[in-house]
Amino acid sequence: MKEGLKACINCGTCTAICPAAEFYNYDPREIADIVQLQDDEKLEALMKSDTIWYCGECMSCKTRCPRGNAPGLIIMALRALSQEKGYFVESEKGRQQLYMKRTVGEWILEHGYCLYLEGVGTENHPEQGPVWDWRQKHWGDVMERLGANYKGAGPGILRKIPDEALKEIKDIFDLTGATERFEKIEKFSEKKASEMGYKSGKGLDNDYVENIFSKNNQQHNSKHE
Amino acid sequence: MNTDAKKAVWKNYQKEIADDNYFYVRSCVRQNFFPGAEATFLRIMKEELNKDIFEEPSHTTCTGIGFHGDIVPFETTMTVVARQFALMTEHGYKNLVPSCITSFGIYTEVLDAWSHYPDLLEKARLNLKKATGREFEIPKNLAHASDIFYKFRNELAAIAKYKLINANTGQPLKVVEHIGCHYAKMFPSKGVGGAEYPYVLSGMVESWGGEVIDYPERRHCCGFGFRQYLVQANRGFSIACSKKKFESMEPYKPDMIITNCPGCPMFLDKWQYAIAELEGKTYGQDGMGIPVFTFEEVAGLVLGYDPWDIGLQVHQVATEPLLDKMGIGYDPRKKYLGANGKFIGKPEMPDVLKTCC
Repeated sequence: MKEGLKACINCGTCTAICPAAEFYNYDPREIADIVQLQDDEKLEALMKSDTIWYCGECMSCKTRCPRGNAPGLIIMALRALSQEKGYFVESEKGRQQLYMKRTVGEWILEHGYCLYLEGVGTENHPEQGPVWDWRQKHWGDVMERLGANYKGAGPGILRKIPDEALKEIKDIFDLTGATERFEKIEKFSEKKASEMGYKSGKGLDNDYVENIFSKNNQQHNSKHE
Repeated sequence: MNTDAKKAVWKNYQKEIADDNYFYVRSCVRQNFFPGAEATFLRIMKEELNKDIFEEPSHTTCTGIGFHGDIVPFETTMTVVARQFALMTEHGYKNLVPSCITSFGIYTEVLDAWSHYPDLLEKARLNLKKATGREFEIPKNLAHASDIFYKFRNELAAIAKYKLINANTGQPLKVVEHIGCHYAKMFPSKGVGGAEYPYVLSGMVESWGGEVIDYPERRHCCGFGFRQYLVQANRGFSIACSKKKFESMEPYKPDMIITNCPGCPMFLDKWQYAIAELEGKTYGQDGMGIPVFTFEEVAGLVLGYDPWDIGLQVHQVATEPLLDKMGIGYDPRKKYLGANGKFIGKPEMPDVLKTCC
């Protein structure tokens, strides 16, 4: 595969296979069509909308497209540009990117992995259920029982990533654009929070982050109602 | 019947899998949610298959959830991937084995991009050198951890203590297999069996005595979707995807689900709990769920490992019905004990979903 978009024939196979199209007001065929039209106004409207944030990036579209296209990759490009331009804060789903940055993004830099055990507790993830709740109360014990090296030195499950390794990751982020994207997500989000009258702040414990984490206007899958 | 032509076609769906000397990179999700699975994988590799498999303490995430959550750009991801390759190179290894399907997809995507755009490869080399001083070689072989067990599935069957067979009836257990989207949907030629006939898990199931169920939504996504699960407001999408699969597999009365990707077993396990509590609907026998396993856990069970040593106690859906069917003995009193038999309490019982103890 060289590119995510060769001339699209608008057959709609991607939409037929897409899990997000089944759930949301979402149609990857239309995304490919709009991008192909090269209409700047339509593209800007798309990047300011909820639409580009519905895709789950499962890439099922890639397998089935008779042209070998991947609308999921087009979505990744649109999301990147939406964040670059600051358009993402204009939609409910787009604003959620601040939550992603402050969790997954910062966990990578602090812990070396995209997930951090203590960050996904049953308070914000009640669907994890009572076994996960039990594990949360006994992290160290359960991890030791299962052979992990929880926060320990040397190799192993959930070891402490050495500081020099974390510095290398941070240096890579600084050099290759991730830090810049993080800063843009923060900058545009702070401005939007102020416009919307929310108190913002660092971390997750503030009104704006709580809003973007849980707010759902119930208008995203109205075609199925 | 002459089957040469069929064999020739099937050859196109095979992939090369190295037979020893592996550099192992861990998974963000599997480490957290199924730590026993990674421990079991390494135990089997070292103690049963006698393989050389090495883990470098300072390796990290590939940035996968960040990349597919769209907060990490491709240039960053490919440079972090290059750093993993550098660690592998420095320790004299050439065969990379990720524990995660999305990582496998990302490594594949990066290698594919480099093969088409040599300037990107050059950029990755320059970036890595500048940021870390490291240099790297491209892996000779890239195989997901499950590919290795697939390759040695018959060797594992030869030393198995249990089979995926109902010990009471002698019938093969009915198994749902879920390979995870990023294993072969983007790059079909890189997965065993491709995207049309994925065989990595089916091969293990068949070698170990089970019968694979072919149900309508077999290839549907579990619904992780990265930001679609992690952000609370989006979780309706995630649970709807898993529910679609459960409804589709239910008429076939599966005895178990075996999974490839680290995230899928978590969702297929936890969403059964959530659906039970939200709607009163359960998909297993007698108000229980369908037990969900990682491929490492299934291998561990077949080899006769203690279910609590491989971590089945961290599943929300009780796994005991499957253990009973296979005739595997276990001590329920030891299920929730900590290290060295320390008592650390037990999880509360769900309101609707029945569990064993």
